[in-house]
Amino acid sequence: MSASIMTWPVLSVVTFLPVLGAALVYLARGEDEAARRNARWIALWTTLITFAVSLLLVWHFDSANPGFQFVEKAPWLGNTITYHMGLDGISLPLVILTTAIMPFCIIASWRSVTMRVREYMIAFLVLETLMIGTFSALDLVLFYLFFEGGLIPMFLIIGIWGGPRRVYASFKFFLYTLLGSVLMLLAIMALYWNAGTTDIPTLLQTSVPRGLQTWAWLAFFASFAVKMPMWPVHTWLPDAHVEAPTAGSVVLAAILLKMGGYGFLRFSLPMFPDASAYFAPLIYTLSVIAIIYTSLVALMQEDIKKLIAYSSVAHMGFVTMGIFAGTTQGVSGAVFQMISHGIVSGALFLCVGVVYDRMHTREIAAYGGLVNRMPLYALVFLIFTMANVGLPGTSGFIGEFLTLLGTFKVNVPTATLATTGVILSACYALWLYRKVVFGALTKPSLATIKDLTWREGLMLAPLVVLTVLFGFYPKPVLDMSAASVQQLVNNYAAAVTAVKAAALP
Amino acid sequence: MNFETAGYPLLPILPELVLVIGAMLLLMLGAYRGPKATGTITVLAILLLLATGALELFALPAGKLVTFGGSFVVDDFARFLKVLALIGSAVTLLLSLEVLTDPSRRMFEYAILVLLSSAGMLLLISAGDLIMLYLGLELMSLALYVVAASNRKDAKSNEAGMKYFVLGALSSGMLLYGASLIYGFTGTVQFSGIAAAAKDGNIGLVFGLVFLLAGLCFKVSAVPFHMWTPDVYEGAPTPVTAFFASAPKVAGLAIFTRVTLTAFPGIVPQWQQIVIFVAIASMALGSFAAIGQKNIKRLMAYSAIGHIGFALVGLSAGTVEGAQGVIVYISIYVAMTLGAFAVILSMRRNGQHVESISDFAGLSRTNPPLAFFFAMLLFSLAGIPPLAGFFAKFYVFMAAIKAGLFVLAVIGVVCSVVGAYYYLAIIKTMYFDEPAPGIDPVRPELRSVLMVAGLFNLLFFIYPAPLVNAATAAAKSLF
Repeated sequence: MSASIMTWPVLSVVTFLPVLGAALVYLARGEDEAARRNARWIALWTTLITFAVSLLLVWHFDSANPGFQFVEKAPWLGNTITYHMGLDGISLPLVILTTAIMPFCIIASWRSVTMRVREYMIAFLVLETLMIGTFSALDLVLFYLFFEGGLIPMFLIIGIWGGPRRVYASFKFFLYTLLGSVLMLLAIMALYWNAGTTDIPTLLQTSVPRGLQTWAWLAFFASFAVKMPMWPVHTWLPDAHVEAPTAGSVVLAAILLKMGGYGFLRFSLPMFPDASAYFAPLIYTLSVIAIIYTSLVALMQEDIKKLIAYSSVAHMGFVTMGIFAGTTQGVSGAVFQMISHGIVSGALFLCVGVVYDRMHTREIAAYGGLVNRMPLYALVFLIFTMANVGLPGTSGFIGEFLTLLGTFKVNVPTATLATTGVILSACYALWLYRKVVFGALTKPSLATIKDLTWREGLMLAPLVVLTVLFGFYPKPVLDMSAASVQQLVNNYAAAVTAVKAAALP
Repeated sequence: MNFETAGYPLLPILPELVLVIGAMLLLMLGAYRGPKATGTITVLAILLLLATGALELFALPAGKLVTFGGSFVVDDFARFLKVLALIGSAVTLLLSLEVLTDPSRRMFEYAILVLLSSAGMLLLISAGDLIMLYLGLELMSLALYVVAASNRKDAKSNEAGMKYFVLGALSSGMLLYGASLIYGFTGTVQFSGIAAAAKDGNIGLVFGLVFLLAGLCFKVSAVPFHMWTPDVYEGAPTPVTAFFASAPKVAGLAIFTRVTLTAFPGIVPQWQQIVIFVAIASMALGSFAAIGQKNIKRLMAYSAIGHIGFALVGLSAGTVEGAQGVIVYISIYVAMTLGAFAVILSMRRNGQHVESISDFAGLSRTNPPLAFFFAMLLFSLAGIPPLAGFFAKFYVFMAAIKAGLFVLAVIGVVCSVVGAYYYLAIIKTMYFDEPAPGIDPVRPELRSVLMVAGLFNLLFFIYPAPLVNAATAAAKSLF
């Protein structure tokens, strides 16, 4: 079925439905328990309906077409900066990931957030709109609007509902990200004056002069490297993760980090191919450092969330490495790894939230022997730990394997060093699992801890299914992105070859 | 000269005449009825300002009107900024209603002084030569000196008025000296004549330019002529501070733009380096010095210095886009700053105004709508999309990038990140901290100003075209 059948602006509906839900939550006035319940239910239904509508996008998506689909265009800031939305095989999986993860965030906050519930739900719903918009904007200024706008709700989520050091963490998150992004804004302006428009499909066809490419690449890099986050600008992430409420951590790990990878794929590689090829060794170096160094750092953590945060940085290293390898396997592996990491890291943070809600501590030392009291939890946590390690048969394996394969083709040392990261990830993840779940249950505080409730089980079950399903059958995601990835890789290779040919005498 | 205005040389100045005559009549009313007519006079003054704006927009024929031998110019640029200045004055009068109707502080002269100052602004915005520039500037400033000291029983207010007057007189002197040098080296006071004569960077002319710009920098509170701003903002009664922060800034920036672009288009590099320096210094000082502030009015003063720096980034491009950026910037800034002052004026506990930032603690729980709108205004002042303040910065930096001023642009955006810190600190106080005692109910006129400013700021991104197009037309009329 082709996209032309859709007669209504389905993409805008998906994007702005959450804001509508937020408006409804706003109208549910009152501070009593009934008002809180209403706010929760409205938010849950909004995210579920948004997810259902976003499945229409999958249904109508033509995966053989590498171009943009569901395109909508309307005048906005004059004729050159427009409201232009659309999806291709790279952005659609990320949009679906966003709409799919949000209901889990709402469910995860069902009991744990009791203060200012209305504001909390509004912040999350507004954030959802901004995240979907980021992935579907086809105009750079519009993209920037969604990309940066997300800082406001996330700042409030960390700062209001976060842990003891929430103020520090929220400021660090906000200012780090803002500093990277404003430089990108200047590069966007330079691209505008170069091409006369900020329309992304047009810019993808426009060649950028070499000097501008270098500077623009660096400016975009400043923004996406912080967002990703890449070593050495990753330090905001552990703080933000630790202090954010569970759902905030899930959104951060599962979706916000993917904006960096998406940005590299959408802008850096196709718009500045020469600069990308020129700076690829830099990316390889930073990626390998991220994979090895942050894995080692993860080994030393005493806080469960911090450990998972560092492991996220390491896993994102595989994504950047795969993207800048510029091969089909590398890029589609990066796309897959982003989806897989979105599911797995989101699920891991949900798992941490489960025990945090019971014990109100995230210290690894406070746990041990949970398997005796919580067998079901131990099983679920095991599956996600294995996926985090990249065990074959889980989705984590496919992404890591493909990115390593793609990188091996162009740069053997990088791929070799990155492979050690797989071993290191087994070290810290299994160590964490042993400390928390295995061993004798000696701590008196854990003696009465209860296993998963039906609400938590319901929340984690779909993620278990997806993790294992994509481990054995990654085809849906890979097929969806294949055509767009192939086109991206071909254009990149052609541009790099053309420059090399021109450089020869 | 245009055909329409040939027979009616006073037609272009009709709105100003109406405003001044209206101010005289209101003064008579005040003189005969005494302080008890303060409320009536203030409301009439607001209506008079709005009527003047309507005349400006609808009664004058379209296109460029020139009268008094070229010293008074009405073009799209003047129309746009005059209406903006009049709106700023009218809204600040509305914000002052509460203080003015307080029986112990009734003072009908305040509204009249605002009217006269506004008349000065209109003349200033329309100035076509150095004489009219000086006349407008002094008419505007003399009224401002008096209103700064209008709280006669308060030592701080008197100090603010005194400081402003002494430093203002100094800057006027410098401006006059610069004007006389320019006249001496070009033989004319008309902007068009100066433009024709000043084709090369004659050293005497550049000297005059420097002094002229120094005087103008003082009026818009740009670094290094900003020292009066924090003291005057803090010392003056809060409604007066709101007035200082809005309309006079519009007029000052308007004449800054008009002088540089219409009188000195031949020596752009000479004034460009001055404007770039002033812009960088203002942005940096505004961002860094505001961090340590405890008093919200003082903080707004440093914020104003920083924002003038950002607006000047647009001017330093010296292009149509730059002028457009300045116009968009000042329009959005006026809306943001009036909204912010509506919040500051709402902060009353037991009938007393509170001004310390710690008084905002936990406002999100004691008065959620007020806290929400203020937070959005602060995010907007920090330039975070999708709020209006982002678009303000967007257009000035667009112009700077087009003109190749990359270093300036990078310094500018880095300053905006530093500036974001202190705006975030206020949001943190309101949202993350434990509540301080609740505040008094917010008066309806403050609430309506806040609603309008807040919604403009929140929803500007949906339909920005009208303001942007009007700004483009206004900018083009200068070239």
